[in-house]
Amino acid sequence: MRTLLNTLYVQTQKSYLHLENDNVRVDVEGERKAMLPLHHLDGIVVFGNVLLSPFLIQKLARAHKPVTWLTEWGQFTARTETPVSGNVLLRVAQHACTCDPGRTLAVARYVAAGKLQNQKTTLLRSAREAAEEDAPTLRQAARDINAQVGVLPLAETVDEVRGIEGTAARSYFEVFSLMLRANRDFFWLGERTRRPARDPINAVLNYVYTLLAGECASACQTVGLDPQIGFLHALRPGRQSLALDLMEELRPVIADRAVLTLINRQQLTPRDFTLHEGRTVTLTEDGRRTILRHLQERKGEEVFHSLTGRKTPLGLIPHVQARLLAQHLRGDRPHYPPYLHR
Amino acid sequence: MDEPVTLSALQHFVFCPRQFALIHVEGVWEDTGQTARGHQSHARAHGGGSEERDGVRTLRALPLVSRLHGLAGIADVVELLPDGSPRPVEYKSGRAKPRLADEVQLCAQALCLEEMFGVSIAQGFIYHVASRKRRDVAFTPELRGAVLETRDGVRALLGSGELPSPAADERCQFCSLFDACEPFAPRDFPAGYDPFDTRLL
Repeated sequence: MRTLLNTLYVQTQKSYLHLENDNVRVDVEGERKAMLPLHHLDGIVVFGNVLLSPFLIQKLARAHKPVTWLTEWGQFTARTETPVSGNVLLRVAQHACTCDPGRTLAVARYVAAGKLQNQKTTLLRSAREAAEEDAPTLRQAARDINAQVGVLPLAETVDEVRGIEGTAARSYFEVFSLMLRANRDFFWLGERTRRPARDPINAVLNYVYTLLAGECASACQTVGLDPQIGFLHALRPGRQSLALDLMEELRPVIADRAVLTLINRQQLTPRDFTLHEGRTVTLTEDGRRTILRHLQERKGEEVFHSLTGRKTPLGLIPHVQARLLAQHLRGDRPHYPPYLHR
Repeated sequence: MDEPVTLSALQHFVFCPRQFALIHVEGVWEDTGQTARGHQSHARAHGGGSEERDGVRTLRALPLVSRLHGLAGIADVVELLPDGSPRPVEYKSGRAKPRLADEVQLCAQALCLEEMFGVSIAQGFIYHVASRKRRDVAFTPELRGAVLETRDGVRALLGSGELPSPAADERCQFCSLFDACEPFAPRDFPAGYDPFDTRLL
């Protein structure tokens, strides 16, 4: 199994990363802050104004460990392309599948089914821990999503699948803040707003989804899939449609669950947000650091994968799913099996 | 002329056509403890150069080619006996594998050497790094035939681009690609796995 290694996130501005023997040395303002052995690292993600020495970038690339550059606010800008260029036959199969409406529909339905099932699981789990007055509302939302799962097999076009997914998403986000048990007067969710976020929950969700999308894109590239050629998400220049497809079923499990936990444990509090004039909200650097630390810890948590029948670290689930999708596209599997969280 | 088939491809193919396809068609490669040890034990052999002891010259990392048979690769070690005749020696870090995969690879080296040196070679050696033992391998007509059959199999599979079914047998425990292959995982949905399940948990 691909071993789960650490991703080094560097968000301290003006850091300088360079090689020292087989270690990554992190300096801030000329002072040594950290030394990390290269063989413990899976890749490096840097935010904003962080400098990496050419030798470090090349050494990482040779070891197939990508460097990902994000803006200071976590928006994806670039990633090193490592020498493995993947399997050209797989990419051809992927393209052939997107050109076949029947096969595209089948994959899109399974992707959406995975997302809805995992939303259901998240709601029901929160309902068990929720206050008495909130539990019935959460269960009702789970039943509403369940009804949408029921109509998914009947969808005849990808547009219909998107419609079903949208209906489920509305049921889910309507009750999202009922899954919170702390600082409820501060954490509220209007409608989903992306850039800029209009409320604190959207600000956290946007940040966590960006990180997850990056991991899904890496997973696609690692198994040789083209992250831009998706099935559920329409093809659009510059959009990582396949990475977004893979992310759908993982949002409730990896991203939403992390947000709920951090707020409920009060590790993320109103202090971690900046409210701007004109009602927009951003995360502070401390808030982002708390989130990164939590996500990194959770990556090591083992989950049971009901298709492979094996325990797998949560952080590897995007890779497992990308590989299962590749197997389907190359004819090694009749269907794409989404990850169903227990 | 077809592109020459590499000696390591032969070895992978004999061991398991699916393993071969995963590496050479799908581009999957995973380093396990075992393959990492393999790289280490090969590092010395692949350092290149030659040395001489008791009249036997040892050539390392010798490029091999057979135009006649369409084979190419690099031999770990080739020993030149005092009479100038070559003997291939293949270094292996693991235990002896089932299915003569290493033997086929060694014999393919011999076929190249025969053509390059204009001699006939009756036997070679497989050196097991862990036990520090070498064993003789006789290049019988059957083994030579197996090399050419394997080469044809490699070409056919590369041409079709297909992924053969998993072996799912005793070989799998020796395989570094176990996780990528998932030989025992169900190909279709197993019982109890249903993405469209509408029973509430």
